[in-house]
Parts: sequence; structure tokens; C-alpha cells
Amino acid sequence: MSNKKCVCVHELTADEKEKIKNFGQILDDYKGKPGALIPVLQIAQKMIGYLPGSVLKMISKGLHEPLAKVYGVATFYHFFTMMPRGKHLIRICLGTACYVRGSKEVLAAFKKELGIDVGGTTADRKFTLEIGRCFGACGLAPVIMVNDDTHQRVKPSKIKEILAQYK
Amino acid sequence: MRVTIDGNQYDAPEGQTILEIAKENGIKIPSLCYHVKTGQAGKCRACVVEVEGMKGLQTSCTVKAKEGMKILTATDKVRDAQRLVIDLLLSSGRHDCLSCEKNGECELQEAAYFLGIERPSFKLGEKIQPDNSSEFIIRDNEKCIKCGRCIEGCNNTVVNEVLSFGYRSNDTAVVCDDDILMGESSCVQCGECSQLCPVGAIIDRNSIGKGRPWERKQTNTVCAYCGVGCQLTLHTSGNRVVKVTGVEGAPCNDGMLCVKGRYGYDFVNSKERLTVPLIRDEKTKELKPASWEDAIELVAKKFKKIKKENGPDAIGGLASAKVTNEENYIFQKFIRSVIGTNNVDHCARLCHASTVVGLASAFGSGAMTNNIAEIDKAEVALIIGSNTTEAHPVIGSYIKRAARQGKTKLIVVDPKWIELADFAEIYVNQRCGSDVAFLNGIMHIMIENGWYDKDYVKERCENFDELKTEVKKYTPEKVSKLTNISVKDLNAIAKMFGQAKTAAVFYSMGITQHTTGTDNVWSVANLQMLCGNIGIPGGGVNALRGQANVQGACDMGALPNVYPGYQPVNNPQAQEKFEKAWGVKLANKVGLTVTEQLKYAGEGKIKALYIMGENPVLSDPDMNHVKEALEKTEFLVVQDIFLTETATIADVVFPAASFAEKDGLFTNTERRVQRLNKAVASPGEAKEDWIIVQDLANAMGAKWKYQTACDIQEELVTVTPQYGGISWKRVGTKGLQWPCPNPEHPGTSYLHKDKFARGLGLMKAIPFKEPAELPDDEYPLVLTTGRVLEQFHTGTMTRKTEGLNNLAGPKITISQEDAKKLGIKDGDRVRVISRRGEIETCAEVGEKLIPKGTTFIPFHYIEAAANILTNPALDPVAKIPEFKACAVRVEKI
Repeated sequence: MSNKKCVCVHELTADEKEKIKNFGQILDDYKGKPGALIPVLQIAQKMIGYLPGSVLKMISKGLHEPLAKVYGVATFYHFFTMMPRGKHLIRICLGTACYVRGSKEVLAAFKKELGIDVGGTTADRKFTLEIGRCFGACGLAPVIMVNDDTHQRVKPSKIKEILAQYK
Repeated sequence: MRVTIDGNQYDAPEGQTILEIAKENGIKIPSLCYHVKTGQAGKCRACVVEVEGMKGLQTSCTVKAKEGMKILTATDKVRDAQRLVIDLLLSSGRHDCLSCEKNGECELQEAAYFLGIERPSFKLGEKIQPDNSSEFIIRDNEKCIKCGRCIEGCNNTVVNEVLSFGYRSNDTAVVCDDDILMGESSCVQCGECSQLCPVGAIIDRNSIGKGRPWERKQTNTVCAYCGVGCQLTLHTSGNRVVKVTGVEGAPCNDGMLCVKGRYGYDFVNSKERLTVPLIRDEKTKELKPASWEDAIELVAKKFKKIKKENGPDAIGGLASAKVTNEENYIFQKFIRSVIGTNNVDHCARLCHASTVVGLASAFGSGAMTNNIAEIDKAEVALIIGSNTTEAHPVIGSYIKRAARQGKTKLIVVDPKWIELADFAEIYVNQRCGSDVAFLNGIMHIMIENGWYDKDYVKERCENFDELKTEVKKYTPEKVSKLTNISVKDLNAIAKMFGQAKTAAVFYSMGITQHTTGTDNVWSVANLQMLCGNIGIPGGGVNALRGQANVQGACDMGALPNVYPGYQPVNNPQAQEKFEKAWGVKLANKVGLTVTEQLKYAGEGKIKALYIMGENPVLSDPDMNHVKEALEKTEFLVVQDIFLTETATIADVVFPAASFAEKDGLFTNTERRVQRLNKAVASPGEAKEDWIIVQDLANAMGAKWKYQTACDIQEELVTVTPQYGGISWKRVGTKGLQWPCPNPEHPGTSYLHKDKFARGLGLMKAIPFKEPAELPDDEYPLVLTTGRVLEQFHTGTMTRKTEGLNNLAGPKITISQEDAKKLGIKDGDRVRVISRRGEIETCAEVGEKLIPKGTTFIPFHYIEAAANILTNPALDPVAKIPEFKACAVRVEKI
């Protein structure tokens, strides 16, 4: 196995199981269609929130594509994730401007507050933490994004206040 | 086309890449990701060159040369770029050449040497643990240079579809399935990846530490397992085989091998090999070592005595599908001319006797009509009764590739799930033994709808009306009831197959091993004549032969009814011809088959049996009876490489040479005659089979003077018309496909072009008959038997390799429904009982493996021998037993 392999096992929630079942019905429509793999992965992620291992196997069987190929595509594109995503996605900009204005400290504060690492999701599946590389708002640095909202001139002391808006 | 490389001019054919031209002309350009089989990749950039008029450096493996092109391969700019590439690759992993298994064969090492790189300039990345989980293959991603050759080979050559690149940029790694350990993945360990890997990232576990490449001798020969005829290279160190690789460019396998061919070679150097003759001690009843003189003299004396007292027909001989053509020829010559009987047969009786009889009657020749390399010329292929990827793995790869590339649509008809089902457009389970009904049923639909080749039938076949009248009775509704295949599926199959321009049928034991074996084969022949698929590339009736030289053994007349070249023993002209050639009077009575010889031995009518390289105790149906019959045989002589289950009850045992220890010819399933080359010496006093037969013949008064096996070959071509133009020299590295009647003839890739061997193709009305034994209340399940990928036949050879045993042990496959009813779970110990005996084994229960009511047991294992259970009922014409359907009961222990 590669050093990158994620070995954590997530129990599927009842909600996820239901979503996977619904996805299975949609998968049938793509059988035998050339070039279906990426759209199907996108649909799966949109419906379920992430790509559980069992869903990759389902897609491999359903589309009759080798599992290794499905896995290869899913791990190649940053868009796809095999970790559960929280309800809210927090992205901390580590671009040059934000970095020099202290976004590293902001990131550390989020990690501490949420108790997760970059790429992780809180146990209650509320928040997922990721890093970004410039959102094009350098004048407002340091910048973070929560879902589609931009928060400007963030300081470590302000993060509780920000999180409270999404609880 | 003329190009200039480094100032010199070279002529080259259009379409070649710069790298190909350079290679052909001995100009060194380092390259890593390119391999002739996996093709141009343009990934590693080690092969960059300068081309006048083109901007920047060009990858020579992807750029096609053009007229007048001026190429520079050794400028400072080129060398600097190449050095950087190789340096980065060296730096990206731990390339410890001192201990690396690939040292001396490593293409990265060679490139570094060529470019004068002494040590990597950059820092190593993080440590990666090698993947040690697979039986035969070790993967060390630290040495991986990400050239992608293994992935290309796994997906597009062997089509096992296990490997891929996972992750991206710096993290990119070759992964198995969803990045699990190789030993836990879907990998079948064919070793194609190991063969293609240019560095030490994928290596063969069992070859580690067994000698450096330059210390090993390499000998190209032919694999001794199934009938595909894969050419392989035996790498030997001293007298030991230490590694096996496939021969790239070989016509039947192009470098591919299966797990048995590549890794199942331990038997050659096994300590259990027979090294001296054995004679059963009269007092202790034990087999004791003896001298060759004593053993040969004893057998000669006994055979002479029995011949004198009971007549020559009281002696029988079993030739072997595992020895060469020369050896089969001399064996049948011994039985016919020295003993004086036609009681000679071999295990083809148990696998394709029905093919030989059925196809010879319908077409005039009993062999696979088409060839392996042209499989992808079929628009549609029907796979019926052949678990191709397990029993003929390399042909399985060709079929999978044709399907994956969209060239061939597959229809799979099998009583149980097989891997090809996942590649099929249509996959159905027929009830065991209902094949004639199925074939008649689809022919009915084709004729009703006009989906058949009317001109072909009119011009090239006879007896169509009789066939038409018969299949008219097989309406889809009736056939659906008989076969358990839905009317919808029957219609879909008939339409897809009937409307295809070229369609091939591949079949194996699932068709032949029935009491209706000959009927089944003839029905397949009917179908292919009806659709006009015989005598065209990509069509044909492709009977896949199960043993390395079973085709050759048949061709050489190791059959009770024919001399070499299928010339009937009861044809006075043929008899005269052979009497003249061999200088003796010959019997004109058709001899006894394997099954009959054993039956007669049990009844005391056969007094002596001479068995060369066969193990009927495990391979024949109703094992308890076979064993009893052999024990009753007054004088049993067994010639083998191991003390097999059959040899243990023999009176005299001769130690023979294995395939690696002899020269000669094998004929594969597509009639390709290929050359075996001796790689190692036989252990102890073991001798090549033809030498033993000659010694015995001469001890009985013959005056044979063959100096080498080649002498026998030169004799056999004079009496075997199909082999007339075949010689050791002409066979070369590519082989020759018979018929090849004269030394100028190029060989025949497919049979019956323009005209059938018998003139017109003979169609025949075949009514459906049920198997001899049907399930009832007492024995409610149907048992079908067969092979698994990792084992071969009676296991005499494969079971000497520990890894193969670890991969595949005895089992019975049961449907989930039946298992639930019987309270059996996957892995449970169970007892399987038939009217003839019982065995204990492990249950395999899984989703979709097998339909309700049917069970499957591989027949390789003495400890759970399927043939204790099987029914010895015979096909009335071909005398092949019904291995594929009997009734059993399963109980949980």
C-alpha cells in the first residue's frame, strides 16, 4: 500500500446508507456509457458528500471499470474526497498575502478549536477544514471562506464568533 | 525514408519512431517507459534528443521520423537533460544496486552507467515499506520510477485490471485495486508486471538470491501445463530452474504467462522426483530401487510372457499428453509394432475425444479450426463450457482484450459464474447437460428469422433439411424449460450471434465431458456451419485443448483407432503403409480406449498395462473403481517423473525426464508445432521417455536405432501427412501450424478455407438427451467438475509449489440458496456424497458464483478427489465419461 492510503474506517450513517441506495439507482442509467466515470463520481460525491470505499466498488462494478482505475481517478482530482465532508467547508487561505498577515496562526487556531487536522472532519460531521491558495481577495488578508461566504481580516481571537454563525 | 542521426545517414521504413530507428542501428538512447509491447509512453523523458527545426528537446519514443530529419542524440544539451531525468529518478527512491535482485538487468542502472552518474544528487523521500503480501510477487514502491509499464501490461496486455496509478504529483504511486495489499487484491499473479518492470520495483519472490542474471543460463522452451503453448524462458543456475519468464513476441503468448507457467516450476527440481527405477519386491510387496537393466529386463520378460500366453490384446498402453510428439509416436509404435495391439490411448479420451470424433465427422478434421492471435477478428464470440481465464489463462487474456477494445462482443453460457461473464454482453447459466437443447434452440430462432448464411449452407454443407426439421421442434418456450435460460435471452443470443459477420465459438470440457459429448460437439459444428463461420479468420469451432501436448499425442496416433495422422487402423491401405514403414505385421482391429482398458483390467481381461506420464487414479471417473482395477491388473508399469497415486500401485516404475530436460516438439491447441529445448539434466538416472521406450522395445527384440529424438521426428514426418513439411529446424522460434504437408508449405493458420477437409460440411439432426444421472430426492444437487487457475490436472506438478497450494486448496462451490437451506456457511467443512463414494472438503459460498441446484468441485486434489464422486457413464461414440454432471448430496460436518 502507498503511504497515502487512508486507513481510517468510517461507519456509514443511516442517512449515508439511504443516500448510497439512491445513488445506486442513478448509477444504473450510466451503465455502458463511455466517459461516464468522472460524471458518476461527481454525482456520487454530490449526493453522499464524499466517496466511501464501498461506493467506489459499486461504481467499478456498475460501470464495469477496473476498481484500480476508479480509485486512481478519485485520488487524482482534488475535487474528490474519500473522507466524510462536514456540513460546512472551511478553507483557510495560505496564499502569500494571507500567509504574511498571519493566516498560519488562524489555521492553527481552527485546528485547535475544531480538534481536527487539515483535510479532517469533526466527529459531528459539522465542519471540514481545508487550506486554499489565494481566493483573489489579498487586500482583505488574511481571508478564509466558509462554504461560499468570505470572512476578511480574520484573527485567531475571532474564530469562535465565526463558527457560531454556522452551528 | 532516409534520416540523419549524429551525422550518419540511415534508411528506415515509414512510421518508425526515432527511438526505434536508433535501436535498430545500434545507437544508444536511454529509455525507460517505452517497451515494445506496452508502446510509446513519453512519460519518463529519458530518451530526449534534439531534432533540427523542432523547438526544444523531443522524446524519441513518441516522435515519428520523417524524410530528411536531422537528429542529434549526444549533444551536451541532450546529455544534461537525460542526466537530470535519471538523477531525479535515482534520487526519488532507494536504488541499492548491491543487493537489488534486478542488478544487471535494471534499465535505470544501465542508463546511469551509460550517462556516468555516480550517485544521486538529491535527497531521498520518505521511507515506503515494500508490499510483501503476495505469494509470488514483491512490490517495492521505493524503487518504482513510475514508468507505467506494469499498469499498461496489467490492463491492456493480460487485462487483469488490478494496477493503476493512484494519487498525484509527488505522491503518485502504483496501487492495487483501491490501494490495498497486492496479496489481498484481485491480482491473479500472472507476473506480467514483474516481467515488464524495468527496475527492481516488482520482482519474483522465489528467484531472490538465486544467482545474478549473468550467471544464469537462459533456455527458451514451451510450457508444460495447458494447451495454449506459451513459450517461456527457463533461467537456470547450475542444474536448477530459478526463474521463468515469457518469451516476448512468441506467437501464442507474446510474453504473457499464468501463475502456474511462471511460478509453478518447483516440480522440476523437487526432491520427490523419481531418480531410479523401482521394482515391487515379491516378498515385502514394497517398491524397491533397482537397476535399469533389471527393470527393463523384467518388463520385457513379463510383456513377452503375457503376449505369448494371453495374446497381444491382453496388454494395453497409455501414452501421454505431457510428453513430446516424438515420444508419443515411438510409444504407439511400440504398442502397435512390438506388442502387436492397437490398445493404445491417452487422456484425450477424458477431455476431447468427443471433439476429435465430432469434428472429424462433421468437417473431416478433429482439431481447433482457427488460431489464437486472430481471436479479435470475431465480431461475436460464444464461450460455452469453457472457464477460459482459469483453464487457458492466456487465451482468456486475448478474449478479454478483444472484448475490452470493443472488437468482440462476448456471449457467455456456463452453468456457473466465470470471470469472462463480467466482460460479456450476454451471460446466462444453462442447466448442466442441456447444451444440445440450447444450441438447437438458438438455431431454431436463427432459421425462423433468417439469421443464418443461406449461401454458405447451400454451397458448402449438406444435410441442412434434416437439421432444419430437427431444430424446428426446439421452440424457445420448450428450450427455456429444458435449459433454464429465458426466452428473451435465447432470442437475444440467437440474434447477436446469427447476425454477426464473423462469430467464433470457444468451448472446452463443459461441452465434451458428457455422455452426449459427441452430440454437443456436433451441435456446435452445426451452429457454425449454419452461420457460415468455418473457414474464415476470426470464426471457427475453437476447441481449447487442456494439456501441453494433447493435440500432438492425438496427431501421433496415441489413439486406439488411428495411426499417426488419423489414418484408420482398419483401413487396409493405411495398415499396409505402416506395415511397410515399420517392417512388421500390424493388427487391424480397433483397440481399447482408456476407459475400456481400465474396465477390462478390472475384469481380468487386460493383464498388463504400460502407463507413460498419466495418473488415471486421480483423473478418471469413479476413482474407487479405477484403483481397484489397477490393483487387480497382473502387471502394471508406470513411467513418470513422480511417484504418482497410480505409480504407487505399479509393479515397475520407470523414472522419466520432465519437459525441462528434453528436446522435442509439442503441438498446441491451435495446431502449432513448437520446439522444446533441454535446459537442465534429469535427476539421478531418470531418462527421456523415448529412450526408455526404445530400450524396452529393443529388449523385446526390436532393433531400433534412434540416436536422438530428432531421428524419430524425421521418421514420423514420412508417415504423417499433416506433418510432412515440419522439421526441428523449420519450426524455429515461431512454430508451424499443421497441416504443413511439404517443406515449402508455410503452415495453416485456419482450417477448411474454401472447402471442408471432407468436402462438404456434414450437418446432422441431433435430438436432445438428458445426462445419465439426474438429481433426485436422495441426491438433490448436480455436481460439475473442472479446473482452477492455480492447479493443473492431478496436481502432480503444481502441487510441488507451495505458493500454488496456498492460493488454491480443495473446495466445493455451492449456491447461497442451497447453502442456506443446508445451514452451510462459506469455509465450513462439508461431506459430499454420490452413489459412488464420498469426500470431505470446504464449502465456498458467495454471491452469484453458481446457480441454485448446481455445485462445483475442482478435481486436482487427492485429499478431496472429485472423481470419487463422478459418474463413469460414457458417451457411446467417443467413450468420454460424464465428468460434468452427476447427482450428489451435501451435508455439513
